[in-house]
Amino acid sequence: MSVQSPAHVAFSPRRVGAMVLRHWYLLSSSWPRVLDLIYWPAVQMLMWGFLQTYISQNSGFFAQAAGTFIGAVMLWDILFRGQLGFSISFLEEMYARNLGNLMMSPLRPAEFVVALMIQSVIRLAIGMVPVSLLAIAFFGFNLWGMGLALAVFFMNLLLTSWAIGILVAGILLRHGLGAENMAWSFMFLLLPVTCVYYPVEVLPSWLQIFAWMLPPTYVFEGMRALLIQQVFRADLMLQAFALNAVLFAGGVAGFLLFLKSARREGTLLQGGD
Amino acid sequence: MLAPAATESPIVVDRLVKLYKTVKAVDGISFSLESGSCVALLGGNGAGKTTTISTIMGLVEPTEGRVTVLGAAMPRQRHRVLHRMNFESPYVNMPMRLTVRQNMNVFGMLYGCADVAGRIRALADQLDLHEFLDRQTGKLSSGQKTRVALAKSLINEPEILLLDEPTASLDPDTADWVRGRLERYRRERGATVLLASHNMGEVERLCDRVIMLKTGRIEDDDTPARLIARYGRSNLEEVFLDIARGTGEARETTR
Repeated sequence: MSVQSPAHVAFSPRRVGAMVLRHWYLLSSSWPRVLDLIYWPAVQMLMWGFLQTYISQNSGFFAQAAGTFIGAVMLWDILFRGQLGFSISFLEEMYARNLGNLMMSPLRPAEFVVALMIQSVIRLAIGMVPVSLLAIAFFGFNLWGMGLALAVFFMNLLLTSWAIGILVAGILLRHGLGAENMAWSFMFLLLPVTCVYYPVEVLPSWLQIFAWMLPPTYVFEGMRALLIQQVFRADLMLQAFALNAVLFAGGVAGFLLFLKSARREGTLLQGGD
Repeated sequence: MLAPAATESPIVVDRLVKLYKTVKAVDGISFSLESGSCVALLGGNGAGKTTTISTIMGLVEPTEGRVTVLGAAMPRQRHRVLHRMNFESPYVNMPMRLTVRQNMNVFGMLYGCADVAGRIRALADQLDLHEFLDRQTGKLSSGQKTRVALAKSLINEPEILLLDEPTASLDPDTADWVRGRLERYRRERGATVLLASHNMGEVERLCDRVIMLKTGRIEDDDTPARLIARYGRSNLEEVFLDIARGTGEARETTR
């Protein structure tokens, strides 16, 4: 018998590695998939970069707040692409009708989720690193210049994107490809409320309450504080981490509930619409 | 660590009921499999075959009753035994853009094979995969894809093999070849095989026992030869039609 013992260990890094490898094989064999990771973030960054250049030439405030739009769009892309990288990797299994193979294998849900998280970081890196270099070349905006603050922003946004990605994966498991649109549009619910391009105080006071319930709001406020006032707001980041812990736990709980429901309703082998 | 006795049934289905909202897909069935046996689960569409097999695989939660595989209650304890089972179905694909070798590598790792490369070589020898090991799975013919799916189902040398129509849509020559390989694997490994098929010739050749399902209940359960004799028919297909249409009657009620 060539099966390693114990193959039923609670968490196997090797099985996580197998899933990361599976998606690496897929990406490396398909240049349209790789191009798609870079194309849209690059277009977004260029459009907002030129808009910011135009506005800053005609407004004293924006001349001082150099980089807030372009920084916002790039951080938004980390949030959006992080979730998309997670969800698309999951969808790839449904498109390939491979979910049955995985669900029947010793792969555990936690290993699957961790593999999707790693995959989202890989996809994000493929998309965002070239775009961040383009931003330096075109607009002299150096995202990397934010240093440690960028790492904290990145971690917070990634945690939010994973929490939502995990929840969406649960919905897909339970409802099949009929719920595919959730993967593409869920994050846009957050776009106006998390105040990506404007301060929270712009919102009506009742909506501000909701805005402060969402971790990305703290990140975008923190980014504006850094770029406009040159102040790193550690208090905002700590609050964002605390909210992310709650959101992440909620995402995992939702995923497990949907998985249980899928097992009860017999939808794990179907995956259709 | 589970260590079932050699005499313990590898699969035990005990008063299994599965209700999907108001539809009763499986209605209180019980059976157990002997170690090393090959058993067919037969029945028309909607008879409850897929639900029963899915429950055994841990993909569906029973509404009532109990399913035990290698001593583990499914689906709650499935992770204790999933590495000792495998399955093949034409209705589940492997990633099409990956080469055969890449797919085998991924599944070898998922199933905890100690020497994945060695196992791929051995399976390539046994199932004649060498010529297309490095070709994309999606670019293979139906017969080649079936061989690859079979290789995936044997990657961990499973003690329990669940097969859902393993030769569906194959030409007679390829289907015969697949049956030969399955017979050989079962003989050499001593594996227990549970098979769902609509091909009665396949069932007669491979299986030493047939469980006939109709509307979620077991209608009959015996060896192919005894079923044919009992219904006074010349082959299993005629027995299947008798049971499915309710037109035939068994001449005796006990084995």
